[in-house]
Amino acid sequence: MGSMERAIPPRTFLAALGLASALAAAPAPAEPFVPASDAVVLESLPEKGDPALAALRRMRADLATNPLDPARALPVARLALDAARTLGDPRFLGQAQAALAPWLTGENVPAPMLLLRATIRQSQHEFAGALVDLDRLLAARPAYAQARLTRASVLTVVGRYADARRDCAALTRLASPLVAAACDAGPASLAGDADAAYHALLAAPRRASDSTEVREWALTIAAEIAARRGDFAGAEGHFKAARALAPRDAYLKGAYADFLLDRGCAREVAALLRDDSRNDGLLLRLALAEARLPDARTAYETHGADLAARFDAARRRGDSMHRREEARFRLDVQGDASAAVALARANWSVQREPADLRILIEAARAADDAGALAMAAAWIAVNRLEDAALAAPSPAR
Amino acid sequence: MKRRLLLLAAALVCAPALAHKASDAYLTIERAGPTLAGRLDIALRDLDNAIGLDANADGDITWGEVRVRATAITAYALPRLAMSSAGVRCPLVATELRIDTHTDGAYAVLTLAGTCPERGPTLTLDYRLFEGIDPQHRGLLNFIDGGRSHSAVFTADTPRRSVGGESAGPLAQFATYAEEGVFHIWSGFDHVLFLLSLLLPAVLVRRNGAWVACDSLRAATLDVVKVVTAFTVAHSITLTLAALAIVELPSRWVESAIALSVVLAALNNLHPIVANGRWVAAFGFGLLHGFGFAGALRGLGLPTGSLALSLAGFNLGVEAGQLAIVLVFLPLAFLSRSTWAYRRLALGGGSIVTAAVASTWLVERAFDTSVFSALAAR
Repeated sequence: MGSMERAIPPRTFLAALGLASALAAAPAPAEPFVPASDAVVLESLPEKGDPALAALRRMRADLATNPLDPARALPVARLALDAARTLGDPRFLGQAQAALAPWLTGENVPAPMLLLRATIRQSQHEFAGALVDLDRLLAARPAYAQARLTRASVLTVVGRYADARRDCAALTRLASPLVAAACDAGPASLAGDADAAYHALLAAPRRASDSTEVREWALTIAAEIAARRGDFAGAEGHFKAARALAPRDAYLKGAYADFLLDRGCAREVAALLRDDSRNDGLLLRLALAEARLPDARTAYETHGADLAARFDAARRRGDSMHRREEARFRLDVQGDASAAVALARANWSVQREPADLRILIEAARAADDAGALAMAAAWIAVNRLEDAALAAPSPAR
Repeated sequence: MKRRLLLLAAALVCAPALAHKASDAYLTIERAGPTLAGRLDIALRDLDNAIGLDANADGDITWGEVRVRATAITAYALPRLAMSSAGVRCPLVATELRIDTHTDGAYAVLTLAGTCPERGPTLTLDYRLFEGIDPQHRGLLNFIDGGRSHSAVFTADTPRRSVGGESAGPLAQFATYAEEGVFHIWSGFDHVLFLLSLLLPAVLVRRNGAWVACDSLRAATLDVVKVVTAFTVAHSITLTLAALAIVELPSRWVESAIALSVVLAALNNLHPIVANGRWVAAFGFGLLHGFGFAGALRGLGLPTGSLALSLAGFNLGVEAGQLAIVLVFLPLAFLSRSTWAYRRLALGGGSIVTAAVASTWLVERAFDTSVFSALAAR
């Protein structure tokens, strides 16, 4: 772990950033141009240097020759969903949706397609719709392990921990011990059982059949629980182990960056996310890190303006999936507490993960919103939530 | 089962952080009189996905690779972007291909130009880029009309939007739609012929199997008022229901039924089945004509922000246009009602011609063909 970075007086930056974002928000499109020569590279496709995505591209071309063949469509949808998750790129979600489209009209959606649709809905934060699909699926096939796992995850995101844990309990007969333990650890740790859940997860036997992805997923959950319990050394260890298994995973990078920011390791975050500026969530963490680094002033201004433009673009397309990130941006980068608390409240009505609660509390404190604070306090009390980050204001904020 | 579960667990469990900028295209259109000018910015990644740009498959898209596909890019984009004004298509061309950089990468910029043959208060756009390829794609429209800008978003579920219309303020907008309503009844021969077919006998009475001139202007006027009022009330009801999308009927069905109503109204003058209760027929068939008016209104496009105002304006315009026809018809008909020409030429001949013309419409509309071109093609 690196040295603590000195917190920068935020006013200068806010002023600079205010100007930068005003410029970005102004409708002044740059004049289109004709590149100087044919050799100018305009765009690099994500397939470049990624064999899995190159394979997905070939499989999609093959699917196009027979779009009604489920044996072609299902692998395309699964791979595309996987890419959407690891890269955080919604274009792959669109590819998954397009591959499944022939089966998603009408009432009798085949079970594997229904599961994938639920996952797509979950990805778009349509949690109620995802639960409708998963309930239907599990009513017909109670032993469908993947559907149980996915439902447990959706129920956790919306804060229905007891229901989530029931699905995880059913998984002990259907999946490996690590999968069942990792499933349960999340909701258990958020509902007053953090200590037992954490130790059960660490103690769960690893099987040879547990894939790298499952191991990485379990390690990420362990790291997040450890961080909430205040066991920062333990969390650091789990994060590093997970990172070794999946260095490109965007969710993991974001979670690790948050952890490092809370520990005051802005320089490590800047290095970790240097090449991730296309991902809004990671760009936000990068900008938050750069705000604390005196020598990253220029990058901070550019990235702040980029973020403002991206949130603006998302709003223009009618997107409400990024309210958590935008609330954090308004609060921590732009210093607009009232905009932040409005976004955080709207976000809280949809999803209730620890990060959603945290931004609600931080924005409410900054905006003196007693109602939001009371809502958050009631949630913590009812669920007996333990989270070190909520107990004390984080350093350098 | 278990093996597959383990392979899939990550993708299907963690809520993905969809944090990249999503697939958007930016459409800017400025209207000045009949002329449209604008630009369409499409991400190179999206174009590559739809038509393939990376010719050498090295993962990099160069200007050379884009440039040689200029025709293909236009051929992909333009057929998927239709604009119309007052229900008439505004043909578009792409005059130039350039590049612009947005926060998430490089975009192909097509310069667009077009002309709308018909003037309408709104511009209706039909946007279907990447339909079936990427349901997450959105088209973000900025429409500039008379110095005011309007925005709209095209999605897979809402590919069709009408914009503008409210730019000149509520009063001007009301007037615009009223004018369109007048114009529609005057140019809509089916509605006029239907109305006239019902009105022609208003200055006559049926006695012993023959039409004879009626005695009083008062009786004739009363008959006209009954027919016109019944027609107005009926078509106002269905126009409103259809414009608000409460009731929707297939347009081919509606248009065919309207043609049939004209045929029946004309035949009724030749062999009367309904002589004095024509207002009932006016009401019944008026319901159908309302759906027809709604179809025309849809062609104009209704601005979502001020739907009621535009609807009321259009409806009032239709009534005003209709009243004007009646005010010209009634005195002329009343003065000439006792003449041979009125009874034989206007009522008899007019009804035969009307029935014949409307029968042709009926066939054309019901079978979606053109009778005269079909005959000419023989």
